[in-house]
Amino acid sequence: MTAHLLDAHLVVDRGGFRLDVPLRVAAGEVVALLGPNGAGKTTALRALAGLQPLTAGHVTVDGTDLDRPDRRAFTATERRSVGVVFQDYLLFPHLTALDNVAFGPRRHGADRRSARETARAWLDRVGLAEHAHRRPRQLSGGQAQRVALARALAVAPALLLLDEPLAALDARTRLDTRAELHRHLAAHPGATVLVTHDPLDALVLADRLVIVEGGRVVQEGDAASVTARPRTDYVARLVGLNLHRGRAEGHGVRVADGLVLTVADRLDGDAFVAFRPSAVALHPARPDGSPRNTWPATVAGVQRHGDNLRVQLDGPITVAADVTPAAVAALRLVPGQRVWAAVKAAETHAYPAV
Amino acid sequence: MVRAAAVAVVATLALAGCGDGGSTDAGGSAGGVTGTVTVFAAASLTESFTRIGRDFEAANPGTTVVFNFAGSSALATQITEGAPADVFASASPRNMATVTEAGGADGEPAVFVRNQLVVAVAPGNPEGVRGLPDLARPGLKVALCAEQVPCGAAARTALDAARVTLTPVTLEQDVKAALAKVRLGEVDAALVYRTDARAAGADVTAVEFPESARAVNDYPIAVLADAPNRAGARAFVAYVRSAPGQAVLTGAGFRAP
Amino acid sequence: MTVAGTGTPTARRRPAIGVRGRAGGVPVALLLPALLGLVFLVLPLAGLLARTPWSTLPQRLAEPGVLTALRLSLLTATLATLLCLVLGVPLAWLLARVEFPGRRLVRALVTVPLVLPPVVGGVALLLVFGRRGLLGGWLDSTFGITLPFTTTGVVLAEAFVAMPFLVIAVEGALRGADRRYEEAAATLGAGRWTTFTHVTVPLVAPGLAAGAVLCWARALGEFGATITFAGNYPGRTQTMPLAVYLALETDVQSAVVLSLILLVVSVAILAGLRDRWITAP
Repeated sequence: MTAHLLDAHLVVDRGGFRLDVPLRVAAGEVVALLGPNGAGKTTALRALAGLQPLTAGHVTVDGTDLDRPDRRAFTATERRSVGVVFQDYLLFPHLTALDNVAFGPRRHGADRRSARETARAWLDRVGLAEHAHRRPRQLSGGQAQRVALARALAVAPALLLLDEPLAALDARTRLDTRAELHRHLAAHPGATVLVTHDPLDALVLADRLVIVEGGRVVQEGDAASVTARPRTDYVARLVGLNLHRGRAEGHGVRVADGLVLTVADRLDGDAFVAFRPSAVALHPARPDGSPRNTWPATVAGVQRHGDNLRVQLDGPITVAADVTPAAVAALRLVPGQRVWAAVKAAETHAYPAV
Repeated sequence: MVRAAAVAVVATLALAGCGDGGSTDAGGSAGGVTGTVTVFAAASLTESFTRIGRDFEAANPGTTVVFNFAGSSALATQITEGAPADVFASASPRNMATVTEAGGADGEPAVFVRNQLVVAVAPGNPEGVRGLPDLARPGLKVALCAEQVPCGAAARTALDAARVTLTPVTLEQDVKAALAKVRLGEVDAALVYRTDARAAGADVTAVEFPESARAVNDYPIAVLADAPNRAGARAFVAYVRSAPGQAVLTGAGFRAP
Repeated sequence: MTVAGTGTPTARRRPAIGVRGRAGGVPVALLLPALLGLVFLVLPLAGLLARTPWSTLPQRLAEPGVLTALRLSLLTATLATLLCLVLGVPLAWLLARVEFPGRRLVRALVTVPLVLPPVVGGVALLLVFGRRGLLGGWLDSTFGITLPFTTTGVVLAEAFVAMPFLVIAVEGALRGADRRYEEAAATLGAGRWTTFTHVTVPLVAPGLAAGAVLCWARALGEFGATITFAGNYPGRTQTMPLAVYLALETDVQSAVVLSLILLVVSVAILAGLRDRWITAP
């Protein structure tokens, strides 16, 4: 478990965009590449599969260089031990579910019969044994997803790659499929890399998250540490936190000119301060008393958010605040309205930015 | 001046030639002919009729001759299907009969030239072909016209007369196509009309053979019943059959009837 | 036999007969020219039928030359189509998938046989494969192969004229096909060739079929290049169109009958194939 099954440094230059992502995945580990659209996640996945040659860096699986430009090493996709679940599955429309799954084993040298046996076993594992002779267009979205997974796993790949595996499904199906996918990924002995822009998929399916923005890794870690300590606005928004960067001295973090937030943690130097929108209280006038973190703000917008309303605030820092509909009515919160915002120090979380 | 004299001769000849019909206005044709004369003529007449047409226009100011050259059978079909033509000059009596039987001709067609076959071979006759028996030599590639077209029928008659049996490599759809195969060097010999061989100039050598006299092809010409320009049609037919017209035709290798 | 019989909700099915259910939605601006176009295409056929001497039809059919020419036509058109498939599909693939200098020019060159009058095409073939042709002389002296005036020559002439139809159809299908399926095949361990045969070809099968049908039909009707390059000899190079042309010289009715036979046989074969393709597994 100490050695990483996948050791990659993915560098791809493509028309002004540069992807530069180091990635190490242990056997049995599931890593999610999480990031907004255009971050380079899919390019990274294609580079791992050999569908997109690297400009620099390397892809090493089990000690073998599959792509290493400086050593002129490149192994074609078809000779890599990979299995890919594509975003829209790309099941071969002219083949039955069974033959789709048997396609890989057959190409890997199995004879027709044993390839079909393998395929049948895999379809059975994903619960589609009775749909073996259907064609892709006769399958529902969730069924097609499971066939695609079976097809990718049937070649027993060292590296399993999934590109937005649940994005094409409706919400209801996604819930069921996600749980089942989690089971199969957990059982996969090889390394798994999952690309998604959905934080929930990443949190449920992956052991570790790698957040990619603009072609670079901005944060990396397990679900708990990433959600507790977001390091970019993107991650903070994903996990529903207000995030501000500033300079810490003791219990104070200067997050903007004239605004020092008092925090429970004690630290020095560059730091992040995070707090939940529900921790933000709004007042018509400057409040007296305990909350020391107060600042004047202007209402920029109000949206429904679950049972509450989420108020976007401009001011020295931009902040989201969750308030009850009653409070909105009482405060007459309409865009342009001036209010005072307050956060208790105990509700904040500060951590080093380095 | 010479032309005018020639036209006078034509008119006279026309009178003498077509005693059966149209003689009443033949005298006036030399001076009174105008307008467009549409002539449907066999493909083998292309070169000579084009020249005759020019001469005719010069001799009859105000006239224009328009030609439609094609295989005689295609022309016969077009005429019976109602194509607006004044004159039909066919390469075989059979295709003319198609028109006359349908009542398409004005009067009896007259034979105005005859054509006969030669063996067309590569320039200089490298295979040393002297007559029809040589064509049966093994290894010699021969093209004939298909028997459905006049040159093929003539070839069959000539070969039968010479008691020669041969297997051609191809039965071409018309005489020009058969000749083209010789010019391209794809066959060693083809039975074609003397006029076509002559028109090919230095590209082929023509070998005459005695049996060709047994398979002479008559070319009939007729004014058509539905001729839009009947006077013009008659004048043109007369001109073809006149001495100047015949001179052009014999110059091209035709024989006088 | 048909897969659609399994009764799944998402199974796409062939629309029922015609557009009756939606006829109200067809704009007149489309319907009118469509009908005119159909009439324009079908009317000459009606002309042929009107002139057909039905009473003598059976005995004309029984004439030995007719069956010989028909058999030769079907044989050569089929062989020409196979030749076009063997050479044309890779060519279409090259044009659709490989960037190379002069590709636009090559694509234009592929259409040359469409523009060239077939007779000229026949002459051009003679200039290459003829006895004194660029390759013909060498073929003859080295292998003793002569192509003009042979059945092989007919196949060659038909393939020359018909190949563009196949190449253009298949190239269009290849351009329209989703290349990511080929990537998916690669991730499953399929090499380029296996991917081509197991994924690309099945994906473009409808385009391929359409191209092959066009190609076959064009080859079946080929006249000019065939008679010029391969000549006309019963049993060897006289295909139906040549027989029709020569029949026309003497007997229009017999030409009509021959044309009709060619028409009926080809329509029957194409209709049969079409059904088969659509219901194929």
